Amino acid sequence: MPNDQAADPAITGGAPAGGATARGDARIHNIGYRGYDGPRLGRSHARRALVEQSVRGAFGIGRSAKSKILPLLLLAIMVFPAVIMVAVSLVTNTDELPLEYTRYAVMLQPVLGLYIALAAPQMVSLDLRYRTIPLYFSRPLERTDYVAAKLTALGVAIFLFTALPLLVLYIGALLAELDAGDQTVGFLQGIAGAVVFALLHAAIALLIASLTPRRGFGVAAVIAVLTVPFFAATSLQWILHDLGNEAAVGWVGLLSPGTLMDGIQGAYLGGATDFPPGADPSAGGMGVAYLLVTFGLAALCSFLLLRRYRKEGI
Amino acid sequence: MIVTEGLSKRYPGVTALDRLTVSIGPGVTGLVGANGAGKSTLIKLLLGLAPASEGTSLVLGKDSATEGAAIREQVGYMPEHDCLPPDVPATEFVVHMARMSGLPRAAARERTADTLRHVGLYEERYRPMGGYSTGMKQRVKLAQALVHDPRLVLLDEPTNGLDPAGRDEMLALIRRVHTDFGISVLTTSHLLGELERVSDHVVVIDGGKLLRSEPIGGFTSSTTTLAVEVTDSDLHPSGATSLHDALVTAGVTVRRDGGQLVMVEIPPGEAGERGYDTVRDTITDLGLGLIRMEQRRRRIAEVFSTRADGSPAEPPTAPTAPAAAAPAPAPAAQEGADRRAE
Repeated sequence: MPNDQAADPAITGGAPAGGATARGDARIHNIGYRGYDGPRLGRSHARRALVEQSVRGAFGIGRSAKSKILPLLLLAIMVFPAVIMVAVSLVTNTDELPLEYTRYAVMLQPVLGLYIALAAPQMVSLDLRYRTIPLYFSRPLERTDYVAAKLTALGVAIFLFTALPLLVLYIGALLAELDAGDQTVGFLQGIAGAVVFALLHAAIALLIASLTPRRGFGVAAVIAVLTVPFFAATSLQWILHDLGNEAAVGWVGLLSPGTLMDGIQGAYLGGATDFPPGADPSAGGMGVAYLLVTFGLAALCSFLLLRRYRKEGI
Repeated sequence: MIVTEGLSKRYPGVTALDRLTVSIGPGVTGLVGANGAGKSTLIKLLLGLAPASEGTSLVLGKDSATEGAAIREQVGYMPEHDCLPPDVPATEFVVHMARMSGLPRAAARERTADTLRHVGLYEERYRPMGGYSTGMKQRVKLAQALVHDPRLVLLDEPTNGLDPAGRDEMLALIRRVHTDFGISVLTTSHLLGELERVSDHVVVIDGGKLLRSEPIGGFTSSTTTLAVEVTDSDLHPSGATSLHDALVTAGVTVRRDGGQLVMVEIPPGEAGERGYDTVRDTITDLGLGLIRMEQRRRRIAEVFSTRADGSPAEPPTAPTAPAAAAPAPAPAAQEGADRRAE
């Protein structure tokens, strides 16, 4: 084993991390083991590196070709309608986009849900399943750093996934010379909605995904948690609407993550919702309730997530 | 490197570590104990990942209880179990782990290339780790523990699951981690024989208690046992009995082991060399054929049993694994034996 060190040309390539060397001298030496006395950037650096690596992983970057297919396919499906809308606006010379920015994510919620269900388990279940966790915790990272990094990463991934089509729409709208002021306001509302959406869904999905080391179970569980309450709440809203109980319709919207988002956007970001007609989520302090429930739920999920990782040892 | 003082860890119903006071210096230290002896708990406490029930531990002069992160920056850890995601190539994985240790990206890449080369992983490092052999996986696990050039590495059962040749390579690599890389090593095993070969110092724990902590000489200087089996001849209808009696006459400590084996106590040092010669000569003089002659190792169980009465216990009858066998008996004895065995 010792003599293959000399044969490896990589040894002479690049300056050693430790400091300055004479680059002009390009002879191959058997220099054996070199120590490292460069900087050690500690926890915060490790946390940032983990966020970066996890976000990349959520889009399949740096992973096998097979793992890239689904996220990129879903991203394409997510952006495709925006491209169509832009094309239509450019061709038909309308004075507004076919859809409001805040409506876009709601319209494509199934695609978004699928992506979240895919990305969340990918982010945590592999570390659990292959027991890589101890390698993290035997390093300067604390458990809170790991959880914070993963939450941030999933939040960023979901945000990018939601905001990219909005950006396409916005750029398209400006190219079609629609009213720049209106478009900017709408776009910013959409972005604000995307931030809240990402925050809430990252916390919920990551908590669910972290409960099982099996990715398949994780995907199924996240889909179930995102869709079942949504359909239940939506059905209930329509039943109440048909019964004529308009006041209750808005409150029922608090019961699922999907309707929560819709309600917040209705109350604070432009006013439109998919709620049954007549329901006004901004009426009578309901908007505040929506905000409280949304952030409370996100905080609760994050707290439970931390508690779940406190048990993880080496 | 490591100093513990009355270190205890109690879980509800179980005492994993019981007032362990031990001091470990630079070099390669073997931590020996049966499964459940408290080895993993000790590592966990040293890294500051679990609070001690009582007592203190200092690693690299830092308190595990309060300076865990600073310790973990300077210490590497290789877990016993599998910990490698199968769909990632080794090089990417180790770069990531280097960054998790706080290394900047460029340094992480460079250190990864260096470290993987030093543990003996070349072209395969670009392939997903799912296809690696156990030996290659162990090397990657070692590489991720070394990649940030720690001052100390904690290796948990690094030879687990390896075949004899793989064990030898891993042990040689562990030795090099200290001699060539200048990194101190604390390595655990339940095989004392294995650790004897690479360690400068051996610590034995059982049931969370310290049994022994001494330089390697302390273990090897003790008496070894030589098991001898000989043929019978017309002159000596029971070769074993004749050999036994002849050796007793020659003043050697010897006993019969039920069947055809004669167990000879070989004292340490120079007297031991003469002991081998005596056995050889005695067999030659009796004109017996030698069927086998093997060194019996003192095993962990035996070290455990010495604690109670303070004197070496009866050597066990089972031989150690061939790979872990000690240096062959004195060549002279071997030669003489071969001659007779023809």
